[in-house]
Amino acid sequence: MEHLKLATMWLAGCSGCHMSFLDLDEFLIDLAGMIDIVYTPLIDAKVFPGRVDVTLLEGAVANQDHLEFVKMVRARTSILVSFGDCALTGNVTAMRNPLGGAEVVLRRSYIDSGDAGAQFPSSPGVLPQLLDRVVPIHHVVPVDVYIPGCPPPASRIRAVLEQLIGQHPAQLAGTDLKFG
Amino acid sequence: MAQQILIDPVTRIEGHAKITIQLDDAGKVSDARFHVAEFRGFEKFCEGRPLWEMPGITARICGICPVSHLLASAKAGDKILAVTIPPAANKLRRLMNLGQIIQSHALSFFHLSGPDLMLGMDSDPAGRNIFGLIAADPDFARRGIRLRQFGQEIIELLGGKKIHPAWSVPGGVRAGLAREGREHIRSRLPEAFETAQLALRRFKTIFDQFHEEAISFGDFPSLFMALVSAEGNWEHYDGNLRFVNSDGEVVADQVDPVFYQQYIGEVVQPDSYLKSPYYKPLGPTQGIYRVGPLARLNVCTHMGVPLADLELKEYRYRFHGTATSSFLYHYARLIEILAALELIERMIDDPDLTSDHLRAVAGINRLDGVGVSEAPRGTLFHHYQVDKDGLIRWVNLIIATGQNNLAMNRTVAQIAGHYIHGPRIPEGVLNRIEAGIRAFDPCLSCSTHAVGFMPLHVQLVAADGTIQDEIWRD
Repeated sequence: MEHLKLATMWLAGCSGCHMSFLDLDEFLIDLAGMIDIVYTPLIDAKVFPGRVDVTLLEGAVANQDHLEFVKMVRARTSILVSFGDCALTGNVTAMRNPLGGAEVVLRRSYIDSGDAGAQFPSSPGVLPQLLDRVVPIHHVVPVDVYIPGCPPPASRIRAVLEQLIGQHPAQLAGTDLKFG
Repeated sequence: MAQQILIDPVTRIEGHAKITIQLDDAGKVSDARFHVAEFRGFEKFCEGRPLWEMPGITARICGICPVSHLLASAKAGDKILAVTIPPAANKLRRLMNLGQIIQSHALSFFHLSGPDLMLGMDSDPAGRNIFGLIAADPDFARRGIRLRQFGQEIIELLGGKKIHPAWSVPGGVRAGLAREGREHIRSRLPEAFETAQLALRRFKTIFDQFHEEAISFGDFPSLFMALVSAEGNWEHYDGNLRFVNSDGEVVADQVDPVFYQQYIGEVVQPDSYLKSPYYKPLGPTQGIYRVGPLARLNVCTHMGVPLADLELKEYRYRFHGTATSSFLYHYARLIEILAALELIERMIDDPDLTSDHLRAVAGINRLDGVGVSEAPRGTLFHHYQVDKDGLIRWVNLIIATGQNNLAMNRTVAQIAGHYIHGPRIPEGVLNRIEAGIRAFDPCLSCSTHAVGFMPLHVQLVAADGTIQDEIWRD
C-alpha cells in the first residue's frame, strides 16, 4: 500500500504546534517508516506537491501570502487539518483585530518606537501586505479536521495521525477537545 | 547586466524569511539582504491588558522559546510589584531556563543544522533533513531527539506543559518540582551528558571539512553582548550586560539592563519587518553587535562549571581568544548544552527545588519594569509601563534574533560574495547561504512576532525587471 503523503505548514502563529509535532520524539522515527513527509518547514522541499493526502496547517491567516497559500493548499489536499488554536480561532494572533486595521499595529512598532526618520517596512514583491483582519483557516477555505490546543499536546497529534494512517475518520473526544 | 537573486523562503529555520542578492554588471555580488516577512503586533495589542496576563500572552510570541518570554515577562512583573522573589522560585526559574536551552539548542544542532553538518552542504536536498539523518545515522539522530526531549521534559515537570506552560508569574512561580520529577531528571542526566559530549566530539572531527564555511559564514569583527554574573561568568537568567569587541576588550561592563535604552538603538529598514538594534554609543553603522551562544562565550570570563570551562579553554585556544565566525555558533551551542547539564546536575539535590514558598504576593508598586533573560538565541528584553491598576500602557520588546539582524545581513552578503561567481548558482551554494542564516538559529516567530512560509524560488531578474532565469528547488 502506498504511504500516506503528509504536508505541514505554519502561517501566522508561534511555531509551537510544530514544536509539539516534534515532541512526538522517538515516534518520529516510526512515523518516517509509515508515511511520506512531502512538505514541511523542517525539510528542504520547497514547492508544495500537486497532490497531498493530509496537510496540517498551523497559525491564522494574517497576510496576503497566507491567503493565497491556504487556497492553493486546499486545492491540492484531500484532508485539510486546522492545527492548533490560531488555525481554529485566530487565538492570540487575532488579538489585533479589535484595534482596527493593520496600520494601527504597524504604526506602534515601526513609527512610534523606531529611531528618528522611522518608516513603515514596504518592499513590494518581498514583503507581503498584512490583512486588516486576522481570520481562522475555515473562514477562507473548508476544513476537514480540527485539532485544538495551544499547542495541541503531542499525544493528541499522534492520535489524529494514527487514525488517518489507519484510514479511519479523525475523531477526538473528551479532554482532547480542549482549547488552550 | 545587474541582477537580483531572490531566495524564498529560507528553510530549516524557525519562521519565514527571504534573501535577496544583488549582482552587478560583472556578475559579482554587490549586496545581499535578509528579509523577514511577517508581523503580529504584540507591542500594540498588549496595551490595556492586565500585567498578570502578560507572561501567558507573550509566551505565545514563540513556541520554540516560550520559556524565555515567560521569564522576561515575569521578571518585568517582579519589578512592577517591587518584590524580591523567594529563593526557591529563582532556582526553579533557572532550572526551567536550562531545560529550554537544552531543548532549543538540540533542535538547532540535530534537527535543523545537523543535516548540513553530518550529511554535507552539497548532499541531496531530498534527504538533507532530520528524517534523512534518521536514515543515515539512526543512533545519532535518536540521541538528538532524546536530548531535546529531556529539555522539554524538564519544562513539563515544572510547568505541566512542554510548550506555553502557565507557570512563571510576577512574584515567582506557580508550582515546584515534585520528588518524582527530581528523580526523573537525575536518572536522565547521564545519557544527556553522553550525547552532549558525543556531539562535541563529532563537531570537532568534522570541523576541518568546513574550513571554507568557517571563514565565509559571517566572519567579521563586531561587538558581542550578553548577560554576565557579578563575577563576569556565563549567565542565562540574571546578572548585568557586558559588551566586548572582537579583540576581547570590554567596551561596557555590568550595565544594569534597566538602562538598555542608553545602550541599544533600533533602526527600521524598509525591506524587513525585523528591526535592527545597534550599540547606541557607536551608531547604526559601527554599532553592529551579535548576541546568543557565540556572544555569550566571547563575553564571559569563565563558564563557571568544570567540563564546559575545559571546552571553553580549548575553544579559545583554537580561535585565538574571541571567536568571530558566525559558523562557530554551532560549536558554542554545544558547549552551552554541556554547561546547562552541569548546572542542572549541580542544583538537582537542592532542597529549595521542592519548597512550597514559591511566590511573593504584592500589588502594583511601580509603574515601570524591565525584565531580561538570556533566550537560547540571545538577550531578551521585556519593558512594560502600567497604570496604578496594573493595566499595561506601553510595551517594548527587544528580541534576541533582532539583535543579530545586522550580522545576519552581513553574513548573507559574505557567503554570497565568497561562493557566487556569475549567474549560474549551484544548489549547494544556495543551501550554504541559508545555512549561514541557520548558524544564528534565528527565531523569526520571536523577532517579528509572526511566521509563515513559501516555496523556495530563485529568480535572476535583469535591471529592466525581465526574468532571465528561474530555479525552483524541490
